[in-house]
Amino acid sequence: MGEAAIELAGVHKEFAVHGERVQAVRRLDLTVAQGEFFSLLGPSGCGKTTTMRMIAGFEEPTGGTVRLDGQDVTGVAPHKRDVNMVFQSYALFPHLTAYENVAFGLERKRVARGEIRKRVGEMLDIVSLTGMDKRAPRELSGGQQQRVALARALVNRPRALLLDEPLGALDLKLRQQMQTELKRIQREVGITFVYVTHDQGEALTMSDRIAVMRAGAIEQLGPPRAIYERPVTRFVAGFIGTSNIIDGTVERVDDGVAVLTYGPGERVLVPTTAAAGTALEVSVRPEKIDLSREQPAGTGCSMLSGVVKDVVYHGTSTNYTVTTAAGPDLVVFDQNARDAEDLAGPGDRVHLTWSPQHSYPIGVS
Amino acid sequence: MRRRLTPYLLVLPGGLWLLLFFVVPMVTMLSLSLQEGDIVSGYVFTGHWQTYADVLVNYRVQLVRSLVYGAIATVVLIVAAFPVAYWIAFHGGRRKASYLFLLLLPFFVSFVLRTISWRYVLTDEGILLGPLKDAGLLPDDFHILGTPTAVILGLVYNFLPFMVLPIYVALERIDPRVVEAARDLYAGPVVAFRKVVLPLALPGVFAGVLMTFVPASSDYVNSAVLGSSSTAMIGQVIQSQYLTSSNYPAASALSFTLMAVLLIGVFAYARALGTEDVMKVAAR
Repeated sequence: MGEAAIELAGVHKEFAVHGERVQAVRRLDLTVAQGEFFSLLGPSGCGKTTTMRMIAGFEEPTGGTVRLDGQDVTGVAPHKRDVNMVFQSYALFPHLTAYENVAFGLERKRVARGEIRKRVGEMLDIVSLTGMDKRAPRELSGGQQQRVALARALVNRPRALLLDEPLGALDLKLRQQMQTELKRIQREVGITFVYVTHDQGEALTMSDRIAVMRAGAIEQLGPPRAIYERPVTRFVAGFIGTSNIIDGTVERVDDGVAVLTYGPGERVLVPTTAAAGTALEVSVRPEKIDLSREQPAGTGCSMLSGVVKDVVYHGTSTNYTVTTAAGPDLVVFDQNARDAEDLAGPGDRVHLTWSPQHSYPIGVS
Repeated sequence: MRRRLTPYLLVLPGGLWLLLFFVVPMVTMLSLSLQEGDIVSGYVFTGHWQTYADVLVNYRVQLVRSLVYGAIATVVLIVAAFPVAYWIAFHGGRRKASYLFLLLLPFFVSFVLRTISWRYVLTDEGILLGPLKDAGLLPDDFHILGTPTAVILGLVYNFLPFMVLPIYVALERIDPRVVEAARDLYAGPVVAFRKVVLPLALPGVFAGVLMTFVPASSDYVNSAVLGSSSTAMIGQVIQSQYLTSSNYPAASALSFTLMAVLLIGVFAYARALGTEDVMKVAAR
């Protein structure tokens, strides 16, 4: 990780809603490195947008410090901060053309006219809007408006670019295309991106690191793989992708692997240092589980048997819901790589197996 | 067949109404303005265009005065109405509708009555000037009533909502995020207002000017109630020509002259402002 582009130290934000004090952000500490693609991920009302607006300067923290490039900018007006924002609804200037929209920031900074023309032209090329410069925002499609908003912010070469759910208004296909595009542009310009989203797929695909937020605080912070594979709380496990949560008590520990049993031959293996007798919550991702109708031979695996409750075909995979002795129904994703037929139908007795490293203890209670 | 007729049927009631109460009187008045004669022996159509030249010469002062008063009142209205509209649109919160209602509340009282009540406010020893004179802040012979100032103030007061409402509507439609975007792109509060809020509010100002300048210029109540003979406006002249002198041709010719001047003025204004662009923004 390079130098810190953005630092939040003990940042706190309270709002008064109908005379009641609401804590939108609670004592947040956060460091975003130079050139990083950083995502703030969480459900609506988790404080992610407020956090971003405090970085931009639209909200002043109730307490704590915001630093950009090591400089304290707490209390500095938005137009004096060297960060730019891409708004959820784009917020393009409706009375200006695409070109004038993009040139707006440079004109305010009194950049020379020739330089403005050059940089705006280059930026419109980067976002694939060549030749659209004379169009008014309402003459552009949603995707094109999105690109203008992006170009309008990026052309200023800010210290960091703040994006507030920028793809939310686009349809699925365009959204996926823009995800790739955003990542490409970020690599090309090398600017720090702070990306606010409630879409875990978006965050996983694009980010270098993700902060999962809940109720104004960071629940887990790390690279996408760590967040997905090793969720530290039940909330993260449930919010990012689909997860099976199995509750149990450690019966014994063999070689750093805890054994949870649910009947004869029914066991879940978890790599943990927890002592025997500890209650565990274990997260298992649905695609890690193998489903078969024959009794498997493996011994070093978690093994549960159960009855298929539901089968849903999803094209790339088939999703099974299985009732087992281990508590709530488990979901299993089976890639449709080999089989043209379903492995089992509702009511069939099946066996589920997965390697110990795919059981992740999320909370020791 | 029925589907094709429907739009015409919808237009019929209003169309007939306009034909009866707008087109017919207009044509009658045009004919009247070209007649000669007097109230006793009656008027005869003679195609006498000379009346137009005569009234222009005789009442040029009042005509020009009306346009000047109307223009000054309109400018004062823009300055007075914009902050009110701005405040209601951006800081009115959940009470926007209540504030707009308050603004319109005086208009439930008759126009003439309201203007007459202004006499009590502006009169020499009235509630406004009396205490100021007693306190020695104004000389004893200071007066407002009967001056152009009183007439223009009356016009401003009476037409305020017609300027506030269109500007409010234009401001209300501005996405606050657009203003934030300007702030984010290095524009201070003043520049953001000048570069974003003002241009987007312009269609509202344009509509407000149309709705106030035309009636203010042809108003005959404010000058009659708050002014004096030296503030006489063209509306008063027309009124007295019709009702006092019964000189119908002169009154009609004056009315048409006023209408022509206002229409030309409005079109010139629209051209100068580039209505095309203004309307395009408004139609977004």
